[in-house]
Amino acid sequence: MAYVAVKGGAQAIEASIRRLKFERLKRGRVLGVPEALAGLRSLIDQVMSEGSLYCEALAALAIKQAEGSPEEAVFVLRAYRSTLPRKYYSKTIEPQAMEVERRISASFKDIPGGQILGSSPDYTHRMLDLTLLDESDVSVGLWLREFTALPAATAGNEAASLRALPKVAQYLREQQLLPHYLPDDTPPADVTKQSVQFPTTRSQRLQMLTRGQTGAVTALAYAALRGYGGQHPTVGELRVGQVPVYVDDPLQAEAADGEAYYLGQVKVTEVEALVVKSAGKNAQKKSLTFALGYGLCLGQNETKAIAMSVLDQCLEAGDPQYPTHNEEFVLMHIDSVEATGFISHLKLPHYVTFQSKLDSIRRTSDRLAEAAKECAP
Amino acid sequence: MNIYYNFAYFDEGSKQEIRRAILKAVAIPGFQVPFASREMPIARGWGTGGLQLTLALIGRSDILKVIDQGCDESVNAVSIKRLVTKTTGVDITDITERATIIQSRHRIPEVPLTTDQILVLQVPIPEPLRHYEPSEMATQKLHAEQEYSGAWLMLFEQIMHYRHMSTGADHPVLVHNRYVMAPSPIPRYDNPKLNYSPALVLLGAGREKKVYAVPPYTQVVSLAFQDFPFRVENFSGKTCRLCGYAAAYLDELVDDTTGTTFFQCNDTSYCFKRRNETAL
Repeated sequence: MAYVAVKGGAQAIEASIRRLKFERLKRGRVLGVPEALAGLRSLIDQVMSEGSLYCEALAALAIKQAEGSPEEAVFVLRAYRSTLPRKYYSKTIEPQAMEVERRISASFKDIPGGQILGSSPDYTHRMLDLTLLDESDVSVGLWLREFTALPAATAGNEAASLRALPKVAQYLREQQLLPHYLPDDTPPADVTKQSVQFPTTRSQRLQMLTRGQTGAVTALAYAALRGYGGQHPTVGELRVGQVPVYVDDPLQAEAADGEAYYLGQVKVTEVEALVVKSAGKNAQKKSLTFALGYGLCLGQNETKAIAMSVLDQCLEAGDPQYPTHNEEFVLMHIDSVEATGFISHLKLPHYVTFQSKLDSIRRTSDRLAEAAKECAP
Repeated sequence: MNIYYNFAYFDEGSKQEIRRAILKAVAIPGFQVPFASREMPIARGWGTGGLQLTLALIGRSDILKVIDQGCDESVNAVSIKRLVTKTTGVDITDITERATIIQSRHRIPEVPLTTDQILVLQVPIPEPLRHYEPSEMATQKLHAEQEYSGAWLMLFEQIMHYRHMSTGADHPVLVHNRYVMAPSPIPRYDNPKLNYSPALVLLGAGREKKVYAVPPYTQVVSLAFQDFPFRVENFSGKTCRLCGYAAAYLDELVDDTTGTTFFQCNDTSYCFKRRNETAL
């Protein structure tokens, strides 16, 4: 009964908050935001993606404040996001124009433009690297100088061609293996401004999936692959790189194309996954075609982007026999802030509600005792 | 880099949007109005629905009271009050009569509320039909068609199994003869206070992104059967150890040293008030 019902709760809370600060600082050393920015790239990408706010510096600060807990860092960023007036929408971002840093296909060996491995832990052995214990600014400086002197060290040399790599999906469309769709210029929904109603539109689904908690999105997509779903896609293309962001001139809403402000670029991971799908009956014969599952996340979050593309397809198919194909089941349970918040609320006092339950249970057992007495010979 | 927060945390656009949802909720008693729930600096499930309503409504002259399961001093009540004072500077009170806005988790104060007060209840699960229908799309249809046989059946089955309605807190109510509504997990003891309440009652579910309301002087009936009437929690023969009152909702506590059970008013500010009055 310690943390309610007694006066002095406010002082206890103050003390607990001081204690939290002590835990963060007790080793007497400060994790600077520049250090976090330098060394926690993947965590920053994950937090920006789940927090749906693209700012490396704020994400690094959130991580510092959260002592490295992704759920806390995402929480802090999202809460900050709520205070920002949202005045503009960007122009449509074309991932085709991405400045590619990494780009692979699991469907074709020789894709137009070639496979570009870029940077990824995929090809390393995950053995604990004890040499990192002795890394110093000096040794790192030397290594960096050597690395940048290599001819193809940075993508900059071929930047022109890396900004116009053709899509693998485009090749399949040319081969008539992927259906052609007319561009749909319906403005996408914004689930942060209007709460989602079921059934959802695809733009709502994609938005909720991309904001989803990495672990949750991954777990559900894994379940879908393992048997609690009907899809097993092939990654047609996974690309990671920078895409430019533009907004229209807000003072000239009807401005002609090209009259837009360049805001900067954001790093994204984009996945187009292929599944086989029935194309319906044609001249009494059933035919098959490919369909695309789409994943796009802020930052380099490859597992999440692939998982998102799997779930996108599951939800498009909507097979009622699998929970991973049920949009309410998937979309309502993958948000980090919502899931961690509701789970953690179980730590709050429940004295009133529990008393009510007690009353109900006692009444049941009273009745049972009465009934037993009645039945006794 | 400095961050400046607007009055009551949100930008004005967000507050207006929430107020529009509130107006709609008041216009359709008991109907769950969806709104674009914002992420708050307080965790989802910790009262963000109530907090968003409070922040959207609060003005400089308001006086706020926040209670958590009956207690003004509970950790989360204190935390919510700190956030509101930090971003608004409004007065805070424990005294129910003084407050213009009362945000509460799972209790309606013992002191009768007036027409000048707004009660904001925090709601974990706003859908009264969720127990037997997990799908939101399906429950919306059931509400639209006023198809509540599931709710009745749920209570009937409880009677069949346990010989009485075994709902704990959050016993469903029928509002204005139209919508079945989850009163939030207030104990059954508090349900009758909603009926023809002079104060406006707003219910906010942040995680589930719903606002609903019981406007002043609206009929609210707890679901029950003629031969199995609605019953509140039973505290007969028990009195508050501190103020001696018998007619309040009581907390059951255990004495650390003797191991005996004793009871105490759950509404702490009401208990203080009674003790102060007897002391005078």
